[in-house]
Amino acid sequence: MAFAILFDSTRCIGCRQCESACARRWNLPYDDTIASEEKLSAHKLTAVQTRGDRFARRMCMHCQKPGCASACPVGALQKTADGPVVYDAARCIGCRYCMIACPFQVPAYEWNSRLPRLRKCDQCADRQAAGKPTACSEACPVGATVSGTREAMIAEARKRLETNPGDYYPGIYGIDQVGGTSVLYLSAVPFDQLGLPAAIGHDPLPDLTWRALSLVPGIASTGSVLLGGVWWITHRRGEVARAEKKERGS
Amino acid sequence: MTPALPSPRFNYWFWRTAFWFLMAAGLWATWLRVTGGLGAVTNLSDAFPWGLWIGFDILCGVGLAAGGFTLVAIVHIFNIAKYRPILRPAILTAFLGYLLVILALLFDLGRPDRIWHPLVMWNPHSVMFEVGWCVILYTTVLSLEFAPAVFEKLGWQAPLRLMRAISVPLMIAGVILSTLHQSSLGSLYLIVPSKLYPLWYSPMLPILFYVSAIAVGLAMTIFESWHSSRAFGKHLELPLLEGLARALAVLLSFYLTIRFADLWARGAFAALDPARGETWMFALEVALLAAPVVPLFRPGVRRRPGALYACAVLTIFGFIANRLNVSVTGMEASAGVHYVPRWSEVAVTLAIIALGFAIFRAVARNLPVFEES
Repeated sequence: MAFAILFDSTRCIGCRQCESACARRWNLPYDDTIASEEKLSAHKLTAVQTRGDRFARRMCMHCQKPGCASACPVGALQKTADGPVVYDAARCIGCRYCMIACPFQVPAYEWNSRLPRLRKCDQCADRQAAGKPTACSEACPVGATVSGTREAMIAEARKRLETNPGDYYPGIYGIDQVGGTSVLYLSAVPFDQLGLPAAIGHDPLPDLTWRALSLVPGIASTGSVLLGGVWWITHRRGEVARAEKKERGS
Repeated sequence: MTPALPSPRFNYWFWRTAFWFLMAAGLWATWLRVTGGLGAVTNLSDAFPWGLWIGFDILCGVGLAAGGFTLVAIVHIFNIAKYRPILRPAILTAFLGYLLVILALLFDLGRPDRIWHPLVMWNPHSVMFEVGWCVILYTTVLSLEFAPAVFEKLGWQAPLRLMRAISVPLMIAGVILSTLHQSSLGSLYLIVPSKLYPLWYSPMLPILFYVSAIAVGLAMTIFESWHSSRAFGKHLELPLLEGLARALAVLLSFYLTIRFADLWARGAFAALDPARGETWMFALEVALLAAPVVPLFRPGVRRRPGALYACAVLTIFGFIANRLNVSVTGMEASAGVHYVPRWSEVAVTLAIIALGFAIFRAVARNLPVFEES
C-alpha cells in the first residue's frame, strides 16, 4: 500500500502551518523571515508559494520511479515500498547528480557546511511507518493537504473534481508525470501557473539512462572480442610477413 | 625595425612567475574550500548545482585525456607501429589527465573523504556509478601502461617482462573502459530531458560525446607534440602528426554530420532563436569545431606545423565550448539562474592545469617518455 499526499490548491489559505509543522519535525529554525522565503532550501523542506491570489505548496514529489534514486552512485536515495523517497546521509558523497536529475528542482544542499548533506522532504517516513499522517497534513487546518494511500488520494481527488467541476482545472497533477508521483495536486488553474513543470513527459526518467546503461555489458564483451580479433589479425599479418621474409632470406 | 622577441630568459621567468602565482591562488582557494565548504568558494546553488569544476575539470578533463586510449588502439591493437614515437607522451598526458580529474573531483565532491564509497556501495542503475568505476579502473590501467617508462629508467627487467606479458588484455581493457565512460559522460545528461536546452539534449548524447572525445584526443596529441618539440628542443614528428590530422579531419566531419543530422531529426533548429544566448553559444561551438575541417583536409596545411597547431587548438576550444554548453549554457534557462564561476573556482581550475603542465615537464625530463628516433 503505497502512500501519497494530496494537495488541493483551491483550499489552501496560505497559513503556512504545514511549513511550521515541517520545521518542527526536522528541528529546523522557523520564524517570519524563513516563512517569507518562498522556496525550498536546506532549511526549508516544504514551501508555500504565492501565485497571484493562489497558493501552491512545494515539496519532494516522491516519484514512483525517482530520477534522483537512479542517479545516486552510492544508493543514498531509495524509493521505499511505502512510497517515500528516503535519503541516507551516511552514504552520500556529495556529487549532487540527484539535484541535476530531479525534474522538480527539489533536493537542496548544505552549501555552507564543511560536512554537507542533501536535504529534502521524506514524507514523514517514520510517522507513516507508525500509521500516522504526515506532519504537514496533520497541521493543515483546511484540508488542503491530506495524506493516505495513493489509491485513496487519487479517489479523493477524482471525487472533488466530479463534485465541483467548476472549481477545478480538469486533471490531477502527478498521476502520470514522469511515471507518476506520490504527491498529487489539484488546482483551479493550469498546473504550470502553480510553478509545476508542464513539459516533463510521462516516461520515468530512470528509463532514459537505463537504455544506455543496459548496453554496457554488451559493449564490454563484444568490444573486447572485436578488439582482440583486430589485434590478432593485425599482428598475424606482421608475423606472416616476417616468416616469409625469413624463408626468402635463407 | 623588427620588434624584439622575448628572450628565452624572459620566457623562463614569465612562466615560472605565472606558475607560482597560480599555485598560490589555488592554494588560497583550497584553504577557503576546506574551511568554508562549497558555498564559500563557488557560485553554485540549489538551482545550479554543477558549475565549472564539473563542466570543465571533469567533462573536459576526461575528454582531453582521450588521446591515450586512441593512440593505444592505433599502435597496439591496429598495429600501426609508425605512431609508436608519440604513444608514450600520449599515455603520460592521459595518465596525468585522469589524476588531475580525480584531484578536481576532490574539490567538487561535498564529501571528498567519501570518494571511495562507490567501490563498496553499489547502484548499477546510476550512470555516475558506472563513470566512477570506469575512471578508477582506467586510471589503474593507465598507471600500468605508463609503468614501463619507470621500469626502464630503473633498469628493472622482471617487471618489464611481466608488463609485456599482460599488455594485450590491458590495452584492450583500456580501450573498452574509455569507450564506456567517454560515452557515459554524455549519458549523465540523458536524465534531464526537460532541463537541458534542446540544442544539446539528445538521446544521441553518449555517441556524440564519444566521437568528439576521440577527435579531441587526436587534437590533444598534436597539441602536446607541438609543445614538447618546443619545450624539449626535439624535432617535431610531422609525418605522424599529419596522419593524425587527416584522421582528425575525417572524425570532425563525421561528428558534425551526426550532430546536425540529430538536430534536424529532432527538429531542434526551431530552438535557434537569435534573441537567446544559447543560439550564440551554439554558433561558437559549431564554428570552432567546423573551422579546422577544411584546412585539415588540405595536405599543404597539414604539413605546416603552425597551421596544424592552430587547427588542433581550434578543435580543443570547440570541444571545451561543447562540454561547457552542455553543462552550463544549456542548463541555465531551466534553472532560472545565470551562472558565472567565482574567482576561487577559476583559481582552482587554473592551478590544476598549471600543475598538469609542470608535472608533464618534470616527468618528461626524467623518464624515457620520448623515444630516440
